[in-house]
Amino acid sequence: MQIYRSHVLICGGTGCTSSKSLLIKDEMISELKRLGIHNEVQVVMTGCFGLCEQGPIMIVYPEGTFYSKVKISDVKRIAEEHLLKGRIVKDLLYYEALEDEIVKSVEEVDFYSKQMRIALSNCGVIDPENIDEYIAFDGYQALIKALTEMNPEQVIDELKISGLRGRGGAGFPTGLKWEFAASYKDDEKYVCCNADEGDPGAFMDRSILEGTPHSVLEAMTIAGYATGANKGYIYVRAEYPIAVSRLEIAIKQAKEYGLLGDNILDTGFDFDIEIRLGAGAFVCGEETALIESIEGKRGMPRTKPPFPAEKGIWGKPTLINNVETFANIPAIILKGGKWFSSIGIPDSKGTKVFALGGKITNTGLVEIPMGTTLRQVIYDIGGGCPDNKKFKAVQTGGPSGGCLTSEHLDTPIGYDNLVKLGSMMGSGGMIVMDEDNCMVDIARYFLDFTCDESCGKCTPCREGTKRLKELLDRICTGKGTLEDLSRLEELAYYIQDNSLCNLGQSAPNPVISTLKHFRDEYLAHVIDKKCPTGVCKDLLQYFITDRCLGCGSCARVCPKDCITPTGEIISEKTGKRRFVIDNSKCIKCGACIQACPPKVSAIVRQ
Amino acid sequence: MSNKVKILINNMSVEIDNDLTILEAARLLNIDIPTFCHDDRLNPTGSCRMCVVEVEGARNLMTACSTKVRDGMVVRTNTKNVVETRKGILELMWANHPNECLVCEKSGECKLQDYSYQYNVNPDSIFKPLNSRDFIDNSNEFYTFDSRKCILCGKCVQICSELQMTSAIGFDERGIDTHIKIKQHDDSIDGVIDLYKCVSCGNCVNNCPVGALMPKTKDKYRNWEVDKIKTTCPYCGVGCQFNLVVKDNKVVRVEPVKGGTNDGLLCVKGSFGYKFINHPDRLKQPLIKKDGVFVESTWEEAMDLIVKKINETKAKHGPNAFSGLSSAKCTNEENYLMQKLVRAGFGTNNVDHCARLCHASTVAGLATTLGSGAMTNSISEIGGTDTFLVIGSNTTETHPVIGVMIKQRVKKGAKLIVADPRKIELANMANVHLQIKPGTNVALANGLMNVIYNEGLYDKEFINKNTNNLEDLLEVIKEYTPEKAAEICGVSKEDIVKAARLYASADRAAIYYAMGITQHSSGTNHVKSMANLALMTGNVGKESTGINPLRGQNNVQGACDMGALPDVLPGYQKVFDDAVAKKYEKAWGVSLSREVGHTLPIMMNEASSQDIKFMYIMGENPVVSDPDTNHIKKALTNLDFLVVQDIFLTQTAEFADVVLPAASYAEKDGTFTNTERRVQRIRKAVTIKGNARSDWEILSELLTRLGLEANYNNAEDIFKEMASLTPIYAGLDYDRIDDNGMQWPCPTSNHPGTKYLYKDGFTKLGKAIFTPIEHLGPQELPDSEYPLILTTGRTLYHFHTKTMTDRVEGLKATVPDNFIQVSPDTAKQYQLKHNEFITVSSRRGSSVAKVQITDTIDDGVVFMPFHFADGANMLTNPALDDICNIPEFKVCAVKVNKC
Repeated sequence: MQIYRSHVLICGGTGCTSSKSLLIKDEMISELKRLGIHNEVQVVMTGCFGLCEQGPIMIVYPEGTFYSKVKISDVKRIAEEHLLKGRIVKDLLYYEALEDEIVKSVEEVDFYSKQMRIALSNCGVIDPENIDEYIAFDGYQALIKALTEMNPEQVIDELKISGLRGRGGAGFPTGLKWEFAASYKDDEKYVCCNADEGDPGAFMDRSILEGTPHSVLEAMTIAGYATGANKGYIYVRAEYPIAVSRLEIAIKQAKEYGLLGDNILDTGFDFDIEIRLGAGAFVCGEETALIESIEGKRGMPRTKPPFPAEKGIWGKPTLINNVETFANIPAIILKGGKWFSSIGIPDSKGTKVFALGGKITNTGLVEIPMGTTLRQVIYDIGGGCPDNKKFKAVQTGGPSGGCLTSEHLDTPIGYDNLVKLGSMMGSGGMIVMDEDNCMVDIARYFLDFTCDESCGKCTPCREGTKRLKELLDRICTGKGTLEDLSRLEELAYYIQDNSLCNLGQSAPNPVISTLKHFRDEYLAHVIDKKCPTGVCKDLLQYFITDRCLGCGSCARVCPKDCITPTGEIISEKTGKRRFVIDNSKCIKCGACIQACPPKVSAIVRQ
Repeated sequence: MSNKVKILINNMSVEIDNDLTILEAARLLNIDIPTFCHDDRLNPTGSCRMCVVEVEGARNLMTACSTKVRDGMVVRTNTKNVVETRKGILELMWANHPNECLVCEKSGECKLQDYSYQYNVNPDSIFKPLNSRDFIDNSNEFYTFDSRKCILCGKCVQICSELQMTSAIGFDERGIDTHIKIKQHDDSIDGVIDLYKCVSCGNCVNNCPVGALMPKTKDKYRNWEVDKIKTTCPYCGVGCQFNLVVKDNKVVRVEPVKGGTNDGLLCVKGSFGYKFINHPDRLKQPLIKKDGVFVESTWEEAMDLIVKKINETKAKHGPNAFSGLSSAKCTNEENYLMQKLVRAGFGTNNVDHCARLCHASTVAGLATTLGSGAMTNSISEIGGTDTFLVIGSNTTETHPVIGVMIKQRVKKGAKLIVADPRKIELANMANVHLQIKPGTNVALANGLMNVIYNEGLYDKEFINKNTNNLEDLLEVIKEYTPEKAAEICGVSKEDIVKAARLYASADRAAIYYAMGITQHSSGTNHVKSMANLALMTGNVGKESTGINPLRGQNNVQGACDMGALPDVLPGYQKVFDDAVAKKYEKAWGVSLSREVGHTLPIMMNEASSQDIKFMYIMGENPVVSDPDTNHIKKALTNLDFLVVQDIFLTQTAEFADVVLPAASYAEKDGTFTNTERRVQRIRKAVTIKGNARSDWEILSELLTRLGLEANYNNAEDIFKEMASLTPIYAGLDYDRIDDNGMQWPCPTSNHPGTKYLYKDGFTKLGKAIFTPIEHLGPQELPDSEYPLILTTGRTLYHFHTKTMTDRVEGLKATVPDNFIQVSPDTAKQYQLKHNEFITVSSRRGSSVAKVQITDTIDDGVVFMPFHFADGANMLTNPALDDICNIPEFKVCAVKVNKC
């Protein structure tokens, strides 16, 4: 086996790939060849490192040197200086990796040192397109253990001991789910991986599939063994081309190695996996809608019960787990349920992956032990709000979740804790808002998303969310009344109580939680007709202050001719008069502010 | 397995099976729970949320339609929360619904309207209609879809996909923009048939809870202005039950009846094909031809003339110069009287009807092998069949509701073998489609049996116990190796083997066949081959199996049962059986001929040669329906006297000396017997137009004028007389059949009727008989002059000779022209273009037809429908089956030319 003195790991996740990381990789290979050290240094394309904000990312081992925002033009220097001469190129390092001229390794920077990686453990470490690397990192050991040393009941018991709960949103105990699926006997049964990740800004599942596809295949095969299924489906969005292609490669390799297909590892157990591409409907993340879609129908949820464990794909017993849930399973089988349950807090065990987004410095993917506080995630790992803005709220659980405020920052993250506060764990979206965000507008934004994504099947969700949005529109445009506010609240709870599936039931959550925590902002919109943050344009008013010098620049650019001189003469010498804006005609385009000379800055909006 | 559980609804206790829903439980207690999307026949979707109820211990309200009961469950259906929630649903729906109740046809039977009233919905919503669904689809001939009124309950989508199995209706878009979309147009490319196109069955229209899907009609009516009269569909032999909706003595709509034969499903003709009833072309006055022109006359004058001609002819030429054609469209009572008129009034057994053209070979073939010439099993048993062999039946077009039921069953897992020269709709979901050459059924059956026998898949015990003559059969079938059969039939031998295994290894395998089997010059043998196949595998005398000839017309089974055949009196009692004849002589007070009469084709030959002088045709149209039109026209012209009794002036009536105006099915009482031997009522819904009379009234008067006793006050009196002389109907009366009809044989008044035949063996014959049969092939095959094989059949949108369907605007517009289906290669070979009119000729005549290029037909084979005058039957071969005289409609040689 070839021994290399250095390994250059370049991120091949979607984020870095779109910033040309694959070209960077090619460039590095050709540079190394040019320098004649290509037999000493190995270049590896890996999955996502998580700190997407800083991409493209390149890590050089054994030092763990963390280069960020690497450009193609930087490659030559890294190759010549670092890899040939051994001198770290400091100006290309991630800014936190250089403290007082001391270079920190990737493991030492705050972003990584405070994380704990189980589901993501292989991401950014191995080449996802090479099964040997996965195997070298204990890959498929769990499958071997399950098939050769454990019976299905023992596998399920181990899961129950681990305390693992579904990572897709609802947090149902995974062991119990497997037990249900195992209890239904039929001639055909299925295991299904829900990789229809749809929350805006969330990409936990994508990164796992891109970075360690075999973890999912291995776990699904174990699930097939434990529940008595011989066929698996991975339902993945067609918008994830890299994930799909890596899954295809992984399935092919696993079959070649006898780790998938007929008679796996000569144990007589057969399991095959087929990929089904989703067309991007958010509702297909709902398990019964997903099943409909797999069957070739329009993705619309079914009523439950019967649950998929009893009647799922083609009416047969089906186990459905989310990608991240599966990704935890090989480690649990290998290291034991006890080990897993030692991590976290009583109702929530293990780790959880979050996609940090919004007003946060370190946009990216983090995996933290359950029980970590929101503050630790947002400040210690995420680096807080950029530009020293004040933190206002964090939305967990994507559009189905709710907003939490600064008073909740010390809450340990866990399923029950978040629900208690009116939000939810969800699949792991975490969107941070700062003082500039209007919370009514935020609620409207999320509702707009769920309105569009409602499948249209049940009346409360289809008609109700649209009306809810209509009420928010009225409020945001200054047409709302106090009566509308109570209607809003009433309708929100109505939809929550009466919709058919989780999409509808949780669609009003952003409204309900913002109403709870930021009612004053709603009242400002409704009573004062003001948007405290100035986000809601229709509520803004433009005024000309007494700083006005009467130059008339604003009046000349105003498209509605609503700026006119007053009778108030500013300068006797020039005879210039102060201007005034007729707010009944103003369309709030902001052209006047632009036109007012910066030195004067006489126009303000409130 | 279901268990009994006890639950409490509104403090009332009920003990029910645990596989029932709360909704079903509530209905048992007569507790009303409102629903929009629910239908007993569909999987619950819980989409409208109208049926919510409170279940103790549940976090939210539960939908009663989809929640199964649990032991100890406590349910409340009328709490404040429940009522407010339902009201909320209605308010959300109403806010986005046009305020048009004032002018909406649905007003009075609209669920949204009814519930809004019941739940005190405030009509002034603060929300305004969003116009998110704003289109009206008017493109269908029979119904409109107004998306604005749609509440998106999704029932139409489910009915189309789960019941009708067409899947032409779906949801489009998402969120508030979600709307129903119906695929109205054929997107077929290069002759590849589009299977998911609306077939206008109207099943969605008939179940829409609001005014979104409405039939196109010129009659304005509201629900409270109409009467509804249950009756039986007058088209095919399925015998669908529906209500005629009547306003001011006019049928304004058809509404299916749930339960029973069709369980609420109809086809396009059933749903919308009623409009001929009020067509201005209806005959209203008797007509007498004077100097070649029809002149209106009184009944007195017409009857006098007919009686005078009867007496003259009888005196001059004797009874054998008479013949009568009875009608598969008329009631049992009328058929009974027609054969009585011919036998007792004319003194001859020259009575026949169009069953001669469709299932004469079935009657002949099955009676001699099994004992009875009818469908052995029942329509409802389709639900239990494991494997279907559908052979020579384009079921989805000819018997649409049975076709749908087969599709439903196949969707649920049953296997399907289709043997047909065309890739018919069913072939698309078949496990094997044997696209055989026309006329090769016997070779196929022998090939299948060869495999079944050689692979030991036959039912030895059944054969030993119930059959004779196996050895002779084996002698023949051993020659028909899969290779040989495959070669004759033009299919692959693997498919024959596969089909044989599928059919023979099923627990319950059923054969469904129609005219692809019967209409051959060796048709009786084709039928017997089917019997051989079923007997060899023990698939007779068991539920959900059998040999099931699908009868074509509404009462063709009944017309046969009533003895409108030249060899049998009612109930298949032979005319030459002296005891039987004596029984009838006693009842009718005349002496009867023991001599078997002429079959229809022979009558026409005899008329042509002027041996038959007088013909009485009731409700038949041989000029269009019989083979070799020119020959028929000559025969009718050569008659001395022709009486035609019909509802329209048919092509045949044009040849008549006297035309008598008759009543349609909507204007009279009586019974039809459907394809599964079920005797069902038809009921008078409207009064007769003009001076027309019911066929039974006309015949009664004629019988009386001929000196026979015929004092019938109503149809029921005739039925009583018939039943008293007909053992298989003896136990039936109007009271017993009132609700759901009953199936013969029903020999006594406490007999429950017969669901399937031969349960207790083949008692009539002792044992069933295997018949060794060689493949013979059609009498006319293509040659260099006439190089193409023509096969014929029915289309969904027309019926028989179009007498009725041509007078229904939408049906006529859907299939306006005679057409010919050709394969893409055949089209290329003869340079035929899609939709161009060409001349098709055979040795007997020629016809003009519009070209349809389709991949559903083999090269060298062409298909034409038989409905059109001067159409397919200008070309067909009148070659007859020796045994039963059925003509070879299914195969003849033709050529095509540019017009």
